Amino acid sequence: MSDVLLEVRDLVKHYRLPREQLLQPAPVVEALRGVSFTLRAGRSLGIVGESGSGKSTLARLVMALEVPSEGSVRLLGRDLHALPRTELRAARRDFQMVFQDPYGSLDPRQRVGRIVAEPLVGVDAADARRRVGEALDAVGLRASDAAKYPHEFSGGQRQRIAIARALITRPRLIVADEPVSALDVSVQAQVLNLLAQLQQQFGVTYLFISHDLAVIDHVCDEVAVMRAGHIVEHGTTEQVLQQPAHEYTRALLAAIPSVGAFR
Amino acid sequence: MFFFGVRAARADTARNPRARRTPMLPWRAVGTPRHRRGARHNDTVPSTSPLLAITDLRVTLNTARGPADALRGIDLQLARGATLGLIGESGCGKSMTAMAIMGLLPPGAAVSGSIVLNGQELVGLPDDAMCALRGDRIGMVFQEPMTALNPLHTVGDQIAEPLRLHRAMGRSAARAEALRLLERVRLPQAAQRLDAYPHQLSGGQRQRVTIAMALACGPDLLIADEPTTALDVTIQGEILALIRELVEESGMALLMISHDLGVMARTVTRLLVMYGGTVVESGPTGEVFTHLAHPYTRGLFAARPRLGAARVDGRKPLLATIPGRVPELVDLPAGCPFADRCAWVVEACRAAPPAPVVVGPDHAARCIRVGELGAAP
Repeated sequence: MSDVLLEVRDLVKHYRLPREQLLQPAPVVEALRGVSFTLRAGRSLGIVGESGSGKSTLARLVMALEVPSEGSVRLLGRDLHALPRTELRAARRDFQMVFQDPYGSLDPRQRVGRIVAEPLVGVDAADARRRVGEALDAVGLRASDAAKYPHEFSGGQRQRIAIARALITRPRLIVADEPVSALDVSVQAQVLNLLAQLQQQFGVTYLFISHDLAVIDHVCDEVAVMRAGHIVEHGTTEQVLQQPAHEYTRALLAAIPSVGAFR
Repeated sequence: MFFFGVRAARADTARNPRARRTPMLPWRAVGTPRHRRGARHNDTVPSTSPLLAITDLRVTLNTARGPADALRGIDLQLARGATLGLIGESGCGKSMTAMAIMGLLPPGAAVSGSIVLNGQELVGLPDDAMCALRGDRIGMVFQEPMTALNPLHTVGDQIAEPLRLHRAMGRSAARAEALRLLERVRLPQAAQRLDAYPHQLSGGQRQRVTIAMALACGPDLLIADEPTTALDVTIQGEILALIRELVEESGMALLMISHDLGVMARTVTRLLVMYGGTVVESGPTGEVFTHLAHPYTRGLFAARPRLGAARVDGRKPLLATIPGRVPELVDLPAGCPFADRCAWVVEACRAAPPAPVVVGPDHAARCIRVGELGAAP
């Protein structure tokens, strides 16, 4: 298929832990044990799983923040982990990340304008200012907010700033690691709507990591369920959530506390 | 003689620390462990009086931007063995209410109104008397078990601490009781885990340990502040089931704080919806969920993404959002705190804080237009 954006093949990641005993080899954690999937442009894939299932490790490898033990990540046909450093830096404009904690992911001493402009490389100041204004506008903030500091904003607005920073390079792929988990229900709804609108407007592709199946169901076309470093089930959202094939998916769905008994 | 008198008093408190810490309540037998007294409570306290009664509780905090009214007149009652949930978004005052009950408000907070637990007024209670209640009559479970536990002490010692402090138990008796508690909260391999440190346990296991600590003295009231928010969904289910079971079994009352409507549906029979430091809706959980009397409750419900909601052209329709954002406590509007975000707002809403309007049996909402909203969508 020509419109494949992201192709992940047999990804394995081991982490070596500190040695527990002097003469024995250091214990190894197998965070990913062979993960493969392809993601077409403009689609969004949700990754669900519990803590320790490897979802965040997968995000870090796709973002080329870490090097896999085995396997490859190909974005637009290029193997990210085989690119020379300078080319990788140039390629980073195509994939950006939004983190969970809108308080921890923005530098408190920088103005919003500088935070949002950070991913831009080799763009002159006037152009950068214009694009910061556009990006802030796209996420529902004002261009004048560029002069403020992060502490002047609420949690939901900070997450909008983080999304503006991801959008400014006009990326093809946005990796979002639990982007709404730290937000209140009413603010979460605003950010989810924003993500949906941005996808329609700019055609970005999301790799969306969450532990919340209802959020995944809302945002994603496809779901991959991870457990202990494997993808145990992968399919369209409707298929996986309405006719779960794997026992673990069924357990996850059954565990969600619902208000269904009352409504 | 004066010195002898002081010494004698010291010696006495050394033997029985409770004598110094707490003014003995009239119905409490001195020195008898609580779990053996059990039924005697009801003999002396009239059965009509609730375990916890909060009347017109107001808390004002000192902030950099001036005084902020964090709680603006909370009224609630909780009977023995009953369950009550406080739900709302950050800054609505739900945790502040819990902190006020426990006497853990930040320094400089001004409190007025009344909090009566077991017939004892807690507002204005001296620190040492409050210390004697905390961990004894009031058990607490917090959101993040790793920060609630001391990383330098074993799990067994931490569960034994309230027993040694409040019950003056010896080391071995407290250890035996700690083991019984760990078994009661169904921590696997409890006997071996007694000497484990918190970092050797998983998140769910740690939360079981903090629950065991909260239960140690057989409290009358368990306050659980977002006890499962940091846990995975399958573990969350187990912990909620455990809390429910312990509440039924021990007859203690539960005050549950959460932002999650589903968690509330599973654990509490009565619900208070909080916004801007006031209770905007209160009623039996089922009634609140069925009628959604207050516009804010409706907004909260509509804003949740729902599993299996219908797709249009392969896409989910946008979520219904509540416009604007939670107002800061310093600049809450004078009238209804929700007025600036409400679709039904009229001029009268901004005039004065609305009084509760009865909308059903035991069910009230603070909204002057509640009668005109129609049935829940």
